[in-house]
Amino acid sequence: MNEQEPTQAPAELTPWDRVQLARHPQRPHTQEYIFGICEDFVELHGDRRFGDDAAIVGGMATFDDQTVMVIGHQKGSDTRENMRRNFGMPHPEGYRKAQRLMRHAEKFGMPVICLIDTPAADPNKESEERGQANAIAESILTMTALRTPIIAVVIGEGGSGGALALSVADRILMQENAIFSVAPPEATASILWRDAARAPDAARALKLTAQDLYALDIIDEVIPEPPGGAHTDRPSSITAVGARLRAHLADLTALDLTTLLAQRYAKYRAIGHFEEQQQNLLGRG
Amino acid sequence: MKEFFRRTRKSFNSTESPEVPQIPDDLWIKCSACRELIYKKQLNDNLKVCPKCGHHMRLGAREWLGLLDVGSFSETDANLLPLDPLGFTTPEESYADKLKQSQQRTGMTDAVIAGVGSINGTWLAVATGDFSFMGSSMGSVYGEKMARSAERAADLGVPLLTINTSGGARQQEGVIALMQMAKVTMALTRLAEAAQPHIALLVDPCYGGVTASYPSVADVIIAEPGANIGFAGKRLIEQIMRQKLPAGFQTSEFMLEHGMIDMVVSRSDLRDVLDRLLRHYTRRTGVAEQTNHRVAAYTNGKI
Repeated sequence: MNEQEPTQAPAELTPWDRVQLARHPQRPHTQEYIFGICEDFVELHGDRRFGDDAAIVGGMATFDDQTVMVIGHQKGSDTRENMRRNFGMPHPEGYRKAQRLMRHAEKFGMPVICLIDTPAADPNKESEERGQANAIAESILTMTALRTPIIAVVIGEGGSGGALALSVADRILMQENAIFSVAPPEATASILWRDAARAPDAARALKLTAQDLYALDIIDEVIPEPPGGAHTDRPSSITAVGARLRAHLADLTALDLTTLLAQRYAKYRAIGHFEEQQQNLLGRG
Repeated sequence: MKEFFRRTRKSFNSTESPEVPQIPDDLWIKCSACRELIYKKQLNDNLKVCPKCGHHMRLGAREWLGLLDVGSFSETDANLLPLDPLGFTTPEESYADKLKQSQQRTGMTDAVIAGVGSINGTWLAVATGDFSFMGSSMGSVYGEKMARSAERAADLGVPLLTINTSGGARQQEGVIALMQMAKVTMALTRLAEAAQPHIALLVDPCYGGVTASYPSVADVIIAEPGANIGFAGKRLIEQIMRQKLPAGFQTSEFMLEHGMIDMVVSRSDLRDVLDRLLRHYTRRTGVAEQTNHRVAAYTNGKI
């Protein structure tokens, strides 16, 4: 399943360089992928509780001759659109819309494709009041047991819990210059050293690149980008993502649901690095 | 006998309360909220709740175990030790060193203590964080102990109580730490299949990836009065989002008002409330005695 081509971009890209590429304003965003690889996209709106969050888009589309539910963080391509889409930082209602669409997909037997591209979940006062923590937690819970295949592709920034809330998938793919991090490097630098300017150090230490995360067994595949980054040849970037999605979706739809869910359980249950000393003989192995 | 377990029992049965800094000598402690000097014995008798202003001071994980029936707790997974999966080093510090220092300072291996114990005779799996160990940040060991606790509760057919305090995901374990949010939530699906409840207690402070995962989807969520609970830290909201925050923002009472938790319960009432809650679930699953035998067999086997 791995078509690991040798990295085509100059080999000496630092993690911080990749952070810049992942955030490049010209990088294709979610809707370009949806329109590039799917047909008949019908966008669905609203969480039925509070509002419609433009930082997450979702709806049904035809992909590879079947109907899928596509859900993704949506950044803007200019300042105005970025303001409207809150720079791709979802509010609680965005995650609740995503959950609604996932349950919809489950009900009608549609696979779910999530496109990940967010700096983080929105951290403002109103989001706290409306339960940002709860919204993310509910998204994670929804995905753990969703009775349909889920594939997540990180197409830009995978920022913290805001990204994880759409990433609890059977397969996680990342583009070559995408990043996935426990927190934005600026935040990590601020948390650890009270100095956001040291983000490049944090980016190196965090192992947030696709290559690092593949080596750590967190993601399933790295999707190559054109030399210079996804924005330098948008059609070929989009086509490459479509091709890999098609292959993984075929793998997953071939599985029966019980196997799919058992594999999903095992995949996440196994994540963690610790030492287990021999002494607790009756402890679970 | 019954009286002993009622709320008149003012003390959890904690063995030794660790030293709190900023004490003039070991007899008096200054309340961090009202600045009054409190006689230490009086404070401990009052479960570390300030008798003057009601401020709930933080408890360590070992102290929290005093919530359980005397002698009922048996620890599990004490043999899990943290590693440094990313080789996280920066000019000033390495994660490996930081772990060593925290272990020496606290006498703990990592931030969570897990096990099985009872509250007023009802058995349950318990896992509790300790803020003094790297801010009770969630890394692999934290996640593994929580996940195993959920699975153990499912296997034994008993409820799960998690006591949660955390600064969030442990930065030094990167995405592996982030993924613990999914891992613990995944394990909780087993508990749900076993039709056993997860009761989450949120204590001061609880933030980030911990608040944004398993405790927020618990069946019952309880918080201590005045605890700071939220997703994004206040400093971030004020400095980066440049928003003014009202008094009482991100407190337990704020969470209750916004519908995010079930109740705010003061420490002296906790055992009583948990006891009443637990009885509703054990009544439903029937024969509590069978459960007790199962747990007794399990804990005896371990020792």
